[in-house]
Amino acid sequence: MLVFGLDMPAYELKVNGSVRKVDVPADTPLLWVLRDALDLVGTKFGCGMSQCGACTVHLNGDAVRSCTTRVSAAVSGTIVTIEGLSPDGSHPLQRAWIKYDVPQCGYCQAGQIMTAAALLARNHKPTDTEIDEALTGNICRCGTYPRIRRAVREAAAAMRGEKLTGTGVDVTAGLASTTSCRQEEVRA
Amino acid sequence: MKTDSTHMDRRSFLRVTALTGGGLLLGFSLGPRPGADAAETVGGMFTPNAFIRITADGRITLLAKNPECGQGVKTSLPMILAEELGVDISVVSIEQAGVDEKVFGRQFAGGSRSTPDNFDVLRRAGAAARIMLVQAAAETWGVPVNECEAGAGTVIHGASKRSLRYGELAGKAAKLSPPDEKSIPLKATADFKLLGTRVGGVDNPAIVTGRPLFGIDQNLPGMVYAVFERCPVPGGKVKSSNLDRIKTLPSVLDAFVLEGGDDPTGLMPGVAIVAVSTWAAMSARRQLQVTWDDGDMAAHSTTAYDERAAELGGKPGREMRKDGDVDGAFAAAKAVVKSAYSYPFLSHATLEPQNCTAHVRGDSVEIWAPTQTPGGGQDLVAKTLKIPKEKITVHMTRIGGGFGRRLMNDYMVEAAAIAQRVKAPVKVTWTREDDMRHDFYRPAGWHFIEGAVDAQGRIAGWKNHFVTLGNKEAVEPVRSAALSTDELPARFLANYRLEQSLIPTVVPTGFLRAPGSNAIAFVMQSFIDELAHAGGRDPLAIRLELLGEDRTIPPAATGRGPAYDVARMKGVVRRVAASANWGKKFEKGRGQGIAFHFSHSGYVAEVAEVSVAKDGTLVVHDVWCCADVGPIINRSGAEAQVEGSIIDGLSATWRQEITIDRGRTVQGNFNDYPLLRIADIPRVHVDFIESANPPTGLGEPALPPVAPAVCNAIFAACGKRLRSLPVSKTDLRWS
Repeated sequence: MLVFGLDMPAYELKVNGSVRKVDVPADTPLLWVLRDALDLVGTKFGCGMSQCGACTVHLNGDAVRSCTTRVSAAVSGTIVTIEGLSPDGSHPLQRAWIKYDVPQCGYCQAGQIMTAAALLARNHKPTDTEIDEALTGNICRCGTYPRIRRAVREAAAAMRGEKLTGTGVDVTAGLASTTSCRQEEVRA
Repeated sequence: MKTDSTHMDRRSFLRVTALTGGGLLLGFSLGPRPGADAAETVGGMFTPNAFIRITADGRITLLAKNPECGQGVKTSLPMILAEELGVDISVVSIEQAGVDEKVFGRQFAGGSRSTPDNFDVLRRAGAAARIMLVQAAAETWGVPVNECEAGAGTVIHGASKRSLRYGELAGKAAKLSPPDEKSIPLKATADFKLLGTRVGGVDNPAIVTGRPLFGIDQNLPGMVYAVFERCPVPGGKVKSSNLDRIKTLPSVLDAFVLEGGDDPTGLMPGVAIVAVSTWAAMSARRQLQVTWDDGDMAAHSTTAYDERAAELGGKPGREMRKDGDVDGAFAAAKAVVKSAYSYPFLSHATLEPQNCTAHVRGDSVEIWAPTQTPGGGQDLVAKTLKIPKEKITVHMTRIGGGFGRRLMNDYMVEAAAIAQRVKAPVKVTWTREDDMRHDFYRPAGWHFIEGAVDAQGRIAGWKNHFVTLGNKEAVEPVRSAALSTDELPARFLANYRLEQSLIPTVVPTGFLRAPGSNAIAFVMQSFIDELAHAGGRDPLAIRLELLGEDRTIPPAATGRGPAYDVARMKGVVRRVAASANWGKKFEKGRGQGIAFHFSHSGYVAEVAEVSVAKDGTLVVHDVWCCADVGPIINRSGAEAQVEGSIIDGLSATWRQEITIDRGRTVQGNFNDYPLLRIADIPRVHVDFIESANPPTGLGEPALPPVAPAVCNAIFAACGKRLRSLPVSKTDLRWS
């Protein structure tokens, strides 16, 4: 972000496989760099103090709270956001989330998925307790927790190549829809 | 929740318009008939004044009219259209409608009204389109209409094995006259193919890939970012601030005071900081110093309210209802139980903090808002900023949690007022602390109740002195703080008296999911339990006895609201008891509790099973729920609403409390206002009785019974009666 010729530090961030240059103050939380400077708005602001997990991204494969991670601390690392979790929304967690119709309002779900993805990357067979422990930092205000548990278990099973047995939705509505809060994207 | 009396029924009518390039645009226009040109196509685009769009190239678009806040209407309302239209819900395109209440009827998310208000309207809209497409096909083939069948976006003539896609018929159908609304045959519930199945949310693919959907995700060319420091006490004002210093900060574009008024639902006094990024605005705000004039609010505190309530509770209040011979019933009672119940203020804590993006250009305003009442927001902006309503465009974005918070539009008028000064698109983002400290709280309340039990263990009389929060003049309860004089056990007991006293407050209050009911059910269903135990009765049996004979009870006192169908309530009570294996014996430390509540036209009963360890640790193992809201529209969405309502209600019951000190809200974030986390949640078992009544909404009615079910289960487990919430404030240790 260029700001009136201000002398701001320039950072190079490795985000979702590309190198992005941003000029922001060193104390800027990674969250606001992603959202405002890079327009990666899938990562959400919920609390600003690592209480809710809505801002969870991967930094070198670890699930971190981007609202309390300064940009200066993220420079040398590899950052993955929900937009970069898979090229086409086909990560087993994304598919399981759709199969079980997990979202209600949907606001926390990117953070839930990113936390779960970091868990499954190192543990393909988490117990229910391990799932709960990993996700305890992620609040869902709507109370989708029962479905989150089911979806994480299912995604883990899929990653192990096991046959899936859970009953999900019959179909997902409106797959031809263009969904965005931005008019120009809807029209396009 | 209050619902507006505006209904969209008799005056609705059909309109069909030919689209450029041949297509069918059909909708029920509701309310006063719009101008004849309202549906004309403009440069190949049509005004979005209908629910269904079919173009010659075969694209079928269904419009979702109401705001989506997680209650699932962006999926379930188009499902109703699709059922009668005969299209595959998964292949169509679903669009959020624009805000135009002349065309779409009331567009709001509140009171669990989306389903009951729109069910028949949307069915007719879908059926009328199907009838015309069938007629177009029949005319094309020269065969009788009754030999043609429609389904999956195609009309088929079985005898000649011919078929035409809806898109191929759209041009011809658009030239036909619409059928008479009254004569449109609708499917019988038993013939539904789509309604009642599990359909995943239309925005799910976008949600799981992080697409921009929510109000806070808005981004416009040249957009700037603002924060707003509001006076920490309602009714206060800005005395002075270090604006000059803030304006010199390098990333700050502007900073100014907004005078505002004293109505928290409108524009409030405060200091706006506009900067080059959200973080720049938030950083600058840390250096902002404001001296406030606290007004007369600084003396208010929850401690003072509690003390005043105890004083008032010991004296008679204003009589609101009196049935039968209450004093006689108490004089003849075998046992009398006296209890004082209370519950705290609650915050909505939507996970998406309040926010709004606005752009003022000339005399027009364009607004992108996560709001449950877009039309109300237009009115508020028009009134406050003196802009004609027709110059205000509101775009409904997806809402990161409503729960009633976004029935208010304070953030919208705030963003518009800031945008007026800024002359650029501006996004105003609230911090979590802003959000929690400037809410419209579920009001606290106090009940001083006495119950009389006769020799047979029946409830013979009931007196309640309800102490609630009133306006400054202590004339009437503040928003959402009233108790209906019809509320159970009124109308179910011969001897009943309700008194009321008011404590003046200026704390902003509002509607929280299942308003009124979310507090009342806790008190009434807990006290019924106390009376059951006082008379040596089973809590299930005494409830069925209180409900009494199968009958329909009209809303006697106010003449408003739905009637109470006793058989439906007894149905869900009996069924949930059976599911939970009610009556099962437990070791001390584990137990079940039962409760029921009627709200938003929904009949819901729940059983909770909990254990309380000797050290006081509470575990909620299971909650069984049975609801009768008529036929289910989207089974996946319906189950989700019940699961969510129970977890939401449990969160509040167990841990949540907003307190006020020196007029200020004490809690500010999730560290001091905790929400349940994944490890805390019970198994939730959802069951529906799909009675042949018109379908009603399910966003709210499953919430109220959970608090008393859990509190009654705690009593069953360890003998501790919860009369004050949240549960976490009571020591549950036993030996």
